[in-house]
Amino acid sequence: MVCQECGKRPATVHLTQIINGQKRELHLCEQCARARGELGIMGEPFTIPTLLSSIITDGGHTFPGAGQAAGLRCDRCGLTYAEFARTGMLGCRHCYQAFENQLDSVLRRLHGTIVHGGKVPSRTGEEARVKRELNRLQEELAQVVIREEYEKAAQIRDRIRELEKKLQ
Amino acid sequence: MNLDEVLYNSHTSWMDPSGPDSDVVLSARVRLARNLEDVVFPSRMEEEGAQRVLRMVERAAEDLDRDPELGPVGLFRLDDLSNLDRQVLVEKHLISPHHAQQPRGRAVILRQDESLCIMVNEEDHLRIQSLTPGMQLDGAWRTAQAADDVLEGRLNYAFCQRRGYLTTCPTNVGTGMRGSVMMHLPGLAMVGQARQVFSALGKLGLAVRGLYGEGSEAHGNIFQVSNQTSLGPSEEEILRNLKAVSTQVIAHERNARRALLSQTRLQLEDRVWRAYGILLNARVMSSEEAIKLWSDVRLGVDLGIITEGVPVEALNELLVATRPGYIQKVVGRDLEPAQRDAERAALIRHRLRR
Ligand SMILES: [Zn+2]
Ligand SMILES: [Zn+2]
Repeated sequence: MVCQECGKRPATVHLTQIINGQKRELHLCEQCARARGELGIMGEPFTIPTLLSSIITDGGHTFPGAGQAAGLRCDRCGLTYAEFARTGMLGCRHCYQAFENQLDSVLRRLHGTIVHGGKVPSRTGEEARVKRELNRLQEELAQVVIREEYEKAAQIRDRIRELEKKLQ
Repeated sequence: MNLDEVLYNSHTSWMDPSGPDSDVVLSARVRLARNLEDVVFPSRMEEEGAQRVLRMVERAAEDLDRDPELGPVGLFRLDDLSNLDRQVLVEKHLISPHHAQQPRGRAVILRQDESLCIMVNEEDHLRIQSLTPGMQLDGAWRTAQAADDVLEGRLNYAFCQRRGYLTTCPTNVGTGMRGSVMMHLPGLAMVGQARQVFSALGKLGLAVRGLYGEGSEAHGNIFQVSNQTSLGPSEEEILRNLKAVSTQVIAHERNARRALLSQTRLQLEDRVWRAYGILLNARVMSSEEAIKLWSDVRLGVDLGIITEGVPVEALNELLVATRPGYIQKVVGRDLEPAQRDAERAALIRHRLRR
């Protein structure tokens, strides 16, 4: 078997990776494997750029709006959607807005969802944290009202008012 | 802190054999990807932008250095280091091969015990990593999170309420978190169940990475299991899932080892002792052969077949000490592959006999 990368030297390194139940195999010579950094055991799975690119472009076929999207460009960093589809790499934070509609579909495929539910930075993320706390309190309020715990409900309502002031 | 001490020392904090589940789990790691708000991501960054990031991160790193829990740390610009020194950092799993190959405008922040390591200007402006021995994902998360908090006190992160931490690659957006568990799974490999287990993991949203040699046997039977998705669930939920699944894999591995021991004890003992004999006596050894034999000896120690003379810590150190970069660092010059193989054999004999 010859190396899939250079097509010349014999393949001596055989890599297998399973992502989302799909098995992918790669047969490389030692030089090419080393060049790709595959001989270590750390780092990202090696198929990420190619795999991602195929998710973004859906193999270049059926991805909705892929044709029009190719011309989109982030006016902050200059990255085009076509470049992003090829490399899988975004250029700056504004790319997330510039390609928002297309990215939503990519993110849904990658993560199964598009809304962050994790950590919020304490300084710059103040607003985000307050909003999340508000959502949580509103849910809690609905619960205590159902249980007719009015004293508790009043407390929660006060806390909600306080937080709402912070956001103004 | 002294970088040379790190580079000459084949020991690193994750090799401590006292970690939980250390018969199967070599190390657990948590990595957080972060970017600065007002600089383009490294994928489109010019030299000037890279230097700006370095200056900002340098100042933030001073806060880490002063932090009683996290410091002291040192920041090292990669283009100040030799090729070989960068290779050793890769072999110690402190930086990625990608980071080492393009050193310009890049840096690494390291704690002396190597349990905290931050790559600057790799795929993202910051890649905060914490590494622990054995199965201690929560500990790794606490350390990475604490470092993240300190850095965030100085730096404005690219963060958005809906999408979370914004990263170069959309596979990392949201939490920016990748948790991973490095496992030694010779039992599953020997009973031929490894693939089955891994394909089940894939269906649960986890990625398995292993290096396969000829005959589809994993390189040293060492695999890394990590979460695939980073957006949606919280960090704790992601880690809980990873832990739950890893616990299952550990149980499967132990079952396989028990079955092998009860059904093929003699063959297993023979395999272990032969491997040990070769490691103790060989005069020429490739890195591939070394890791294969390493796997057998490590299994022998974990199963109580070899009961004395081989400290697990020394075995774990061989994972780094038999790598080409490290050997050349210790010998102090570049070596041809054939010379390396001789030095490697000598180094293994020395380490296992001491
Ligand atoms: Zn090749
Ligand atoms: Zn952009």
